Amino acid sequence: MSTQKNFEEPSYLEYKGKYKGIFSWILSTDHKRIAILYLFSLLTFFATGATLGLLMKLELIAPGKTIMTAQTYNAFFTLHGIIMIFAVVIPGLPAVFGNFLLPIMIGAKDVAFPRLNLLSWYFYVTGVTLVLISQFTGQGPPDTGWTFYAPYSFRTTGNMLPAVFGAFVLGFSSILTGLNFLVTIHRMRAPGMTWLKMPLFPWTLYATGWVQLLATPIIGITLLMIIAERTLHIGFFDPTLGGDPLLYQHLFWTYSHPAVYIMILPAMGAISEIIPTFCHKTIFGYNFIVASSIAIAFVGYFIWGHHMFTSGMSGTAQYVFSLLTFIVAIPSAIKVFNWIATMHKASIDLQTPFYWAVGFLFVFMIGGFSGLILGSLATDIHLHNTHFVVAHFHFIVFGGTGFAFFGAMHYWFPKITGKMYDSRWANTGLIIFFSGFITLYGEMFFLGMKGMPRRYYDYDEIFHTGNIFSSLGAVVMYFGLAVIIINLISSLRNGAKAPSDPWGGKTLEWTIPSPPPVENFEEIPVITKGPYNYK
Amino acid sequence: MKSIENEKNHIIPYKTFLYVLAVLIALTLTSVTLTQISLGALTVTIALIIAAIKSSFVLRIFMHLKFENKMFSRAVIGVIMLLCAVITVTLLDYLNR
Repeated sequence: MSTQKNFEEPSYLEYKGKYKGIFSWILSTDHKRIAILYLFSLLTFFATGATLGLLMKLELIAPGKTIMTAQTYNAFFTLHGIIMIFAVVIPGLPAVFGNFLLPIMIGAKDVAFPRLNLLSWYFYVTGVTLVLISQFTGQGPPDTGWTFYAPYSFRTTGNMLPAVFGAFVLGFSSILTGLNFLVTIHRMRAPGMTWLKMPLFPWTLYATGWVQLLATPIIGITLLMIIAERTLHIGFFDPTLGGDPLLYQHLFWTYSHPAVYIMILPAMGAISEIIPTFCHKTIFGYNFIVASSIAIAFVGYFIWGHHMFTSGMSGTAQYVFSLLTFIVAIPSAIKVFNWIATMHKASIDLQTPFYWAVGFLFVFMIGGFSGLILGSLATDIHLHNTHFVVAHFHFIVFGGTGFAFFGAMHYWFPKITGKMYDSRWANTGLIIFFSGFITLYGEMFFLGMKGMPRRYYDYDEIFHTGNIFSSLGAVVMYFGLAVIIINLISSLRNGAKAPSDPWGGKTLEWTIPSPPPVENFEEIPVITKGPYNYK
Repeated sequence: MKSIENEKNHIIPYKTFLYVLAVLIALTLTSVTLTQISLGALTVTIALIIAAIKSSFVLRIFMHLKFENKMFSRAVIGVIMLLCAVITVTLLDYLNR
């Protein structure tokens, strides 16, 4: 790819535009500033969700009431789930790194609809605010879990409406971001950047954009149906009114399973950027990785029923959903094999982002394989609604998306901020975080296999030892997280100035200064070669 | 700019809008009437077919899909096929319980 000349334009951090102070951020339509808005909001919500999670684990350190009542525990796991799913992992990589890097990586000056992009952020903040309001108003916080399962969600006295409407508004944010990215990728790629010369991170954002656009409206309508059922008593899901509770589960998971791919596909995209950069080698099987992203997005649309194997669904539907669940593992495995093949015989530069990528592979494999155990009808009967499920989805959602998010953060931090971070502290934080993560969630597999149910604040004495390990793991992981975040914040002030290409990357973002200038490129580059040209 | 200049304006007469409105109202009344008759598994199928016909009128006439580039029509057809596939998979549960 072509390289850029010296820039005279100020960086996006220096350029204030027509507004001053905080308004230069919250009224900016620059994709990079919007990405930073998302980053800070998202980290705030993540800290909230993580604190709730830690408090829940402290409650579980011993049987019986430890630090909170059963009702508070119910409210905590509901809020933890809503915040972490709808406000952290779904927007996660697309909203932060997608917004910042997509236009740059495809050689554009901004996204296709900059004002719509800012509106997405406002929808995002409004949605989370509504969810938080539900905790402190009405007749007590929601206690349904993040799934809002019917019929409980319209019978509970908990303050459901703001929480459900908040999730609905968050859905709009996701749809608008997906739409914006799809149009940007279709219309604004640099001259010469054909589809198969586009880097893999934008490719995964493209696949994700379609899922956001086509799946999110389903949850939007479903949430509105809950509101209609609670306020107007229309019998969509209530059997006493002629409704069907299983219809709610179908509709909910028709979105919420593809949502797992909204979370994981961009994570896979970030890993696909990190690995070739630190291997200094062209990624193995580019075309297959692209095809597997599309395949995951497509097949992922038809496997929602594996969340409902014990709900009373028909046997035929169970067989079909189980088969399709096994099929979706194939494109995921293709990616893993390609990443490992890229590392084969490479001169690997062992830097922090690469460690995160390897950590991602390890935890994602465990999460993926445990998913196959749950996708198998016979074993799922025993493991459904146990801690095994909690362990599985934390390995995938937090292990997969979370590791990739922190990997991406350490990979693109010099580009975004113009500062280098202290690698020793970054690696120390990673080791502590990783140890805590494995202790916290790994132990849950064993607790689940022994039969410990999820979403209970109390448990039998036989689960005590496992819970002590798991809760201590949570404390260690939280400490590791603090080290990582503090190191990055401190690097903002004290870090050395970052060069334009500190890692030897080959994609377009490494051809412009760190931090990038306001309009990204002085001249739109002409693309003549593929994105990972290390020859 | 060139593509914008080449775009043609399509002015649809009000009479056509009124005809389409009448068809939409008639199909809505048909849908409502059919809910009173027990047709078993066909109830959902017929309701979906009527909804699809109504949507196609709205998309083609009100939203000018009829006059747009064929690529947009193909995209809409692709989305409708995806929706049909999702509904078919859902019905695997309902029809086999």
